Amino acid sequence: MSAINPPASHESAWRGLTVARLKRAVRLGLRSLWQHRLRSLLTVLGIVFGVCSVIAMLAIGEGASYEAQEQIKSLGSQNIILRSVKPPDEQKISNQGSQSYVLNYGITYADAERIQATIPNVTVILPARNIREYAWNISKRVDCEIVGTVPWYPTMRNQRVAQGRFFTDKDMATRTSVCVLGAEMVPLLFPLESPLGKHVRVGGDYYQVIGVMEAHGHEAKTDETTETKDKSAAFRMFVPLETIKMRYGEVLMRRRSGSFEAERVELHELTVKVASLETVTGVADAIKTVLERNHKKKDYQIDVPLEMLRRAERTKQIFNIVLGSIAAISLLVGGIGIMNIMLASVTERTREIGIRRALGARRRDIIIQFLVETVMLSGIGGIMGVMLGVTIPLIVSHTAGMKTIITLWSPLLAFTISALVGVVFGIYPAVRAANMDPVEALRHE
Amino acid sequence: MSAPIVKFKDVTKTYQMGPVTVEALRGVSFAIEPGEYISIMGSSGCGKSTLLNLLGCLDRPTTGHYFLGGQDVSQMDDDALSAVRGARLGFIFQSYNLIQQLSVVENIEVPLYYQDWPEAASREVAHKLAARVGLAQRLDHKPFELSGGQQQRVAIARALVNDPLVILADEPTGNLDSASGVEILKIFDELHAQGKTLIIVTHDPTVGKRARRTLRLCDGLIESDVRH
Repeated sequence: MSAINPPASHESAWRGLTVARLKRAVRLGLRSLWQHRLRSLLTVLGIVFGVCSVIAMLAIGEGASYEAQEQIKSLGSQNIILRSVKPPDEQKISNQGSQSYVLNYGITYADAERIQATIPNVTVILPARNIREYAWNISKRVDCEIVGTVPWYPTMRNQRVAQGRFFTDKDMATRTSVCVLGAEMVPLLFPLESPLGKHVRVGGDYYQVIGVMEAHGHEAKTDETTETKDKSAAFRMFVPLETIKMRYGEVLMRRRSGSFEAERVELHELTVKVASLETVTGVADAIKTVLERNHKKKDYQIDVPLEMLRRAERTKQIFNIVLGSIAAISLLVGGIGIMNIMLASVTERTREIGIRRALGARRRDIIIQFLVETVMLSGIGGIMGVMLGVTIPLIVSHTAGMKTIITLWSPLLAFTISALVGVVFGIYPAVRAANMDPVEALRHE
Repeated sequence: MSAPIVKFKDVTKTYQMGPVTVEALRGVSFAIEPGEYISIMGSSGCGKSTLLNLLGCLDRPTTGHYFLGGQDVSQMDDDALSAVRGARLGFIFQSYNLIQQLSVVENIEVPLYYQDWPEAASREVAHKLAARVGLAQRLDHKPFELSGGQQQRVAIARALVNDPLVILADEPTGNLDSASGVEILKIFDELHAQGKTLIIVTHDPTVGKRARRTLRLCDGLIESDVRH
């Protein structure tokens, strides 16, 4: 009636796992999972949340660190930035409101010359003076920082001019009253027209707008890496250094309610560009020694973007390790949940196992049946987790305005691990099912 | 005379139950020719179930030899025994033992599934056999939607699907009312008429009488071997 080979040889017992058989095992497993769908769903929740939280947290962390790194990179990784800082004890005096006290602090032109002259590997030096003032366009005003600087500022600080041009050496030499606006200022001062060619008033002086800088990210928000800044620091207006010197002299007066204070700061900012990345740290140390020797108080601050970048990368690494352990724990818990249910399922289906064994199923067939079921359970959990984990960052960046980055490897990794969890935690119940004595299993009620 | 299809030679089986050694079979020898219809009878505890488990290759004898179709299966390993069960034996149980989540056709197909039959072919055979036991209209029903007699007929179809050398039935009518029982026995008669080899384990004398030969077990030994 039918052609069945006698099962004489051992070879037949070792017939491998064919694709067709695996396909049927998958179908069988799906059906059995579907029959207990509520139980299956509850079982995989652990995996779902584990996978989902890993992907979501990684995406948010990746986004945050990307922004920080972009920020630091925009300062230039070959740069060392020196900033003048009001020394703490001086700050106290000025707060007491002494009437005609002139504060003398900060980085001087002499420092700049000394650094350039004594430290090798220093290529360019970029001095800058920053003055807080209101910038006016007739009746519109913006509280901004006026940066007196040199023509090579944009190239050194990785910033680009969006419209018009930056000022040139000639502007410097002739001390022309021109300015380049930060992109963020433009909509406030010139909401309707192009600012190019127009004039901006600062104090009693007018500056012609010759260019607009390109916007670069949310500077004010993620700026915890640099000095303590207030929001208005985002608004910057660039003017030739020589012009600023001429207009303001060296002493800066500032009136405050009832009293006024005067500061003498020669340079607010000094950016040193180093020839190569390898020498950045050494040069930074050298600058530190030079400044320490010439300043009685610590009225300066040295920022090395490269070091900040490295710190940020280390922070990210630690973050990833923490995340990894959370993921491992949650997947472990999920896996234990799955194993628990599979053990219960094996007991529940003892009779079925006995029947299958009596009808010719080898131990291996039983193992495959249960293992496929467990792997599918955790795999489905993994897929659900990936879907959820990809959606959550989208919602977060949409509602909270945070940047999130989903790297390709994080869902892949999370899914692979969840499938592996299925294999690892599925093996024991499957082996237990396979090792049942068929006679006993058939007698089981 | 053709070679025996089943041959037991001095088969013993002892179980270790804690400190007690139970001798379930104490040296049993017999032979069954192809096409025989034989019943194994005896009171409970006489070694009937043990003999059935050995006949069904679900267990191995402690000593002695069991030749199935001329092949000594008494010391085969687990995988080989599984293969023998799947290809050479058909089982019919007292409580039907259908897999609850599978439909009638799928239940009939199970042995072929483990023989790696292509799906289309096994489906065809299963359909044919379902029709033969009168269940052509219920192919997609689940076991719980069927009566006891119908379920046992599915089990018979399943036992036939791999064209076995021997069909083993363990109290096949034990859970059925008399009408359904008679129906099942009628199918057995038909199978016998077609030349199948049938072994029925039972303690019901009416069932035992329908067989052409009765092997009576008592206390682990063959008490009588009567042809009628």
